[in-house]
Amino acid sequence: MEDIMDLIYAMRAELMVTAILFLLLILKLGRDMAHDRLLSIVQLLLLVSAAVSFLPETDGRYFGGMFLTGGLAGFQKGVLATAVWLISLLFSDWLKKSAHMTEFLVLMLSSLVGMYFMISAGHLLMFYLSLELATIPVAAIAAFDLGRRSSSEGAMKLILSSGLSSGVPLFGISLMYGATGTLEFSVLSQRLDGSGLQITAFVFLLSAFAFKLSVVPYHLWTADVYEGSPLPVTAYLSVVSKGAVAFVFTSLMYRIFAPLQHIWYDMVVVLSVATMVVGNLFALRQDVLKRFLAFSSIAQMGFILVAVSGQSVASVASVTFFITVYMFSNLAAFGVAAVLEGKGWQRIPDLKGLSKSNPILAWTMALGLFSLAGIPPAAGFFGKLFLIGAGAEKGNWVFITIAGLNMIVSLFYYLKVVRAMFMDAPGETAGPAYVPASVRFGLIVCAAGIILTGVLPWVYRDISSLIP
Amino acid sequence: MMEPGLYHMLFIGAALFFIGIYGFLTRRNLITILMSFELILNSVCLNFIAFNRYVWTDKMDGLFFTVFIIAIAAAEAAVAIAIIIHLYRSHGSIDVNSAENLKH
Repeated sequence: MEDIMDLIYAMRAELMVTAILFLLLILKLGRDMAHDRLLSIVQLLLLVSAAVSFLPETDGRYFGGMFLTGGLAGFQKGVLATAVWLISLLFSDWLKKSAHMTEFLVLMLSSLVGMYFMISAGHLLMFYLSLELATIPVAAIAAFDLGRRSSSEGAMKLILSSGLSSGVPLFGISLMYGATGTLEFSVLSQRLDGSGLQITAFVFLLSAFAFKLSVVPYHLWTADVYEGSPLPVTAYLSVVSKGAVAFVFTSLMYRIFAPLQHIWYDMVVVLSVATMVVGNLFALRQDVLKRFLAFSSIAQMGFILVAVSGQSVASVASVTFFITVYMFSNLAAFGVAAVLEGKGWQRIPDLKGLSKSNPILAWTMALGLFSLAGIPPAAGFFGKLFLIGAGAEKGNWVFITIAGLNMIVSLFYYLKVVRAMFMDAPGETAGPAYVPASVRFGLIVCAAGIILTGVLPWVYRDISSLIP
Repeated sequence: MMEPGLYHMLFIGAALFFIGIYGFLTRRNLITILMSFELILNSVCLNFIAFNRYVWTDKMDGLFFTVFIIAIAAAEAAVAIAIIIHLYRSHGSIDVNSAENLKH
């Protein structure tokens, strides 16, 4: 009996979201509920599930080592659940208007369950299954703007690239199985000795992670998919999906592939430099807000790789902290973008004079962009500082200098948007935009998150204390 | 007559994989791209079974993995075909070149 209670406690995040999923499916069977009421119930349940995930937890192995739990996994699941809760708040207008809100939520939450299992996976089979569970539903919701041609084009690009990015690591996994005879992470890390077959297998696996994180040169799908998908899906892809993969990637590189560190260090450095430089250069010339955010998120992933290259407790802690901050900042920007899209403003020149017509929106957006750029009062500065600090432990100063220079370049395009909002005169179409109460609440939470995670010193300390 | 061994199987697996990748990158018809994708997955299945049969004979991991890959491939193909049908409705073609609204 106690075992069962243990298991339920260890899997509380997954069970909670699965319960919401079944609730939605059952409600869908009956007569249609008003979207308003259904959405508020889901938002409340998501908030509870996020809060429950943050509860303290001890390390545990379940199902014969297939499912691992620990304090860090609980925290990371909590961050993802908070992000999905914020998405359900910020895009509540879009969701209510959509004819298939229940289906959208079901698909989004099943992908969230996939990410939970991916974080907890202790076996390559489990990892593969959860990766697929996390990606296939997202491709379906990317096609949700049924009337728009670009939405189905974006979904097509997403399903093809995610298909390829699951086929390639599978080939790597099969070679890894041939080389080591095991698929369990804990045994695998002991049997890694750097033989040729293992390195080949590892490169295939690494390229899959690079695909999912949209690291250059695997980034080509990102901007098209982001622009084509409906805005909530874009926000989900850039925050939740990338965040989950970044969590898993960092802890795999730290714990499992540590014996191959001398081999992958150079690969990660090259990928990181390419990602930062290309992401920044392409972000400079973007005019459409969604594409701009897509390339800025590519550049952010380059900074995550800087920390991964450090391969220490600090790199896991700093990536977890950074994704937490990145979630708040990016969702603030996406939330404002959603309000503006309702008015038909999708390009950066449309934002001219926003501080005059909608001061609150302009300030929230500016705070989010300052945080993404890494300007001190916002938490993004500390996020970047810890990431680069974790990378600097290896003493590769050329690499760290390039990362620092890229931070300066990124200031240019983030501040370009801020300049359009605050310095330029408003265009003819400018006027106050209507902000629903739930969106306003979501934006307040994001802004508070950006400030508080930066100001409160114990956030980062607590995250590092969770890592075994 | 030589018995086929591990290397033969691995050679076929690798060949199938790279034929799949080649087809994936060069074909313009979406259904053919999907078929190339199935080739990639089947090459992985072949690899797993070969390793299980010749190297790790006392383990079952490879066989289980193969069963799961087949199931997932079906799920992925279902979603992909649904998206392709939708693309056909909106664009009137399943050629990748027709879907070019989104570019840099």
